[in-house]
Amino acid sequence: MTTYVEAATVADAVAAMADGARPIAGGTDLVVGARQGKASLPGSLVGIHRIAGLDAIGDHDGGLRLGALVTHQAILTHPAIRSRYTGLADGSANVGSHATRVNGTIGGNVMNASPAMDTGAPLLCFEASATLRGPAGSRQVALAELWTGPGQTSAALDELLTAITLPRVSPGTGSAYVRLQYRRQMEIAVVGAAAVVTIDDDTVTDARIAIASLSPVIMRVAGAEEALTGRSADPHTVTAAAEAAAAAAAPISDVRASAEYRRAMAAVITRRAINTAIARAGGTDVPIPASDATFGS
Amino acid sequence: MRYPISLTVNETAYSLEVAADQSLLQAIRDDVGLTGSKEGCDDSECGACMMLIDGRPVNSCSYLAVQADGSQITTVEGLADGLDLTPLQAAFLTEGGVQCGFCTPGMLISAIALLEANPDPTEDEIRIGLSGNLCRCTGYDGIVRAVQEVARGLVG
Repeated sequence: MTTYVEAATVADAVAAMADGARPIAGGTDLVVGARQGKASLPGSLVGIHRIAGLDAIGDHDGGLRLGALVTHQAILTHPAIRSRYTGLADGSANVGSHATRVNGTIGGNVMNASPAMDTGAPLLCFEASATLRGPAGSRQVALAELWTGPGQTSAALDELLTAITLPRVSPGTGSAYVRLQYRRQMEIAVVGAAAVVTIDDDTVTDARIAIASLSPVIMRVAGAEEALTGRSADPHTVTAAAEAAAAAAAPISDVRASAEYRRAMAAVITRRAINTAIARAGGTDVPIPASDATFGS
Repeated sequence: MRYPISLTVNETAYSLEVAADQSLLQAIRDDVGLTGSKEGCDDSECGACMMLIDGRPVNSCSYLAVQADGSQITTVEGLADGLDLTPLQAAFLTEGGVQCGFCTPGMLISAIALLEANPDPTEDEIRIGLSGNLCRCTGYDGIVRAVQEVARGLVG
């Protein structure tokens, strides 16, 4: 027997969560998971989908602040995200179908903590952090510290994610998220990779690489970043970085792919992500989502 | 525990009492009595249950009725005026976009949402837009042609 209350404010929601309720917004993971029999609906729910202002996208210290209720559709159609945080738009464009994207929120996506989520790798590369509001106030947590395992976060049960903050992006930066997919929509990443690359005069001055669906949590790969940084963005360097990313992978076998296949594809998909980020850094317009645009490359 | 909710379904107001875990699809089919929207997969894969909530396409099998309190819902029953079909419905018939008809209510709703967001879609954009709606009969070509015709204003 599930009980339900609707929150009008963040404080209402946090109070309900302190009493044991779990938050629900679009329900595209929570309710679908219950329908699939993965996990029953929580015994107590607090609807946060109508909390005023939580769906805002705004500037934050030259970067960006996404309210927890910002939908994938809002992300992928937002001009500043498409131009400056293109890899995040790639990720949101890959999520579900159009019905998933207009209902599914970035807050739910992050707190669901799937190692296969499409926005996770780009958010890690943009060094995003989560704002968690609990009974005692708010705290900021880097996403790298938020995700602790498949479906697990370091947030307390009475902490509500209220926003995702992305720092400003340097000029000359391009980004991309690419996934291996058997179909273009209604798909979960078989293997995913994000790259955020800053280029100055043909030299990579900053590189961030993250892999998804390849380890228990989505993670940055320092070896891949070091293989690119300070070097010219040529195919040999990109291949070396992609292979370093693949070497860090610890994939599982499941219904979508074997661990061996995932490991073999990790370098391919990472290479596509890096090449797309480099192309975008140089002003080339690679369509969103990059997974479709780079298929076969 | 049951919760009172108000819904406006196809411009008619309803007051219902629903359980917290009851889906919007169950509320519309069982309590409102409009059975056009179908239950296919019951977990957001097939799109047969798709409705508009305040204009947004939603897989109603996996959306809690209690969360829709106060919303405007559009189902397939809200499209035609009696026997006068909308141009989109008529195009589905003339182009062979309907065979068994089970996917059609959700397919029409999805196509309306697609055309609302993108009034002049390419064939690829139509296929992407309708990818959350499975059809086991038509092979999709007739459905895609029907949406293309309406987008180009060739019918109606």
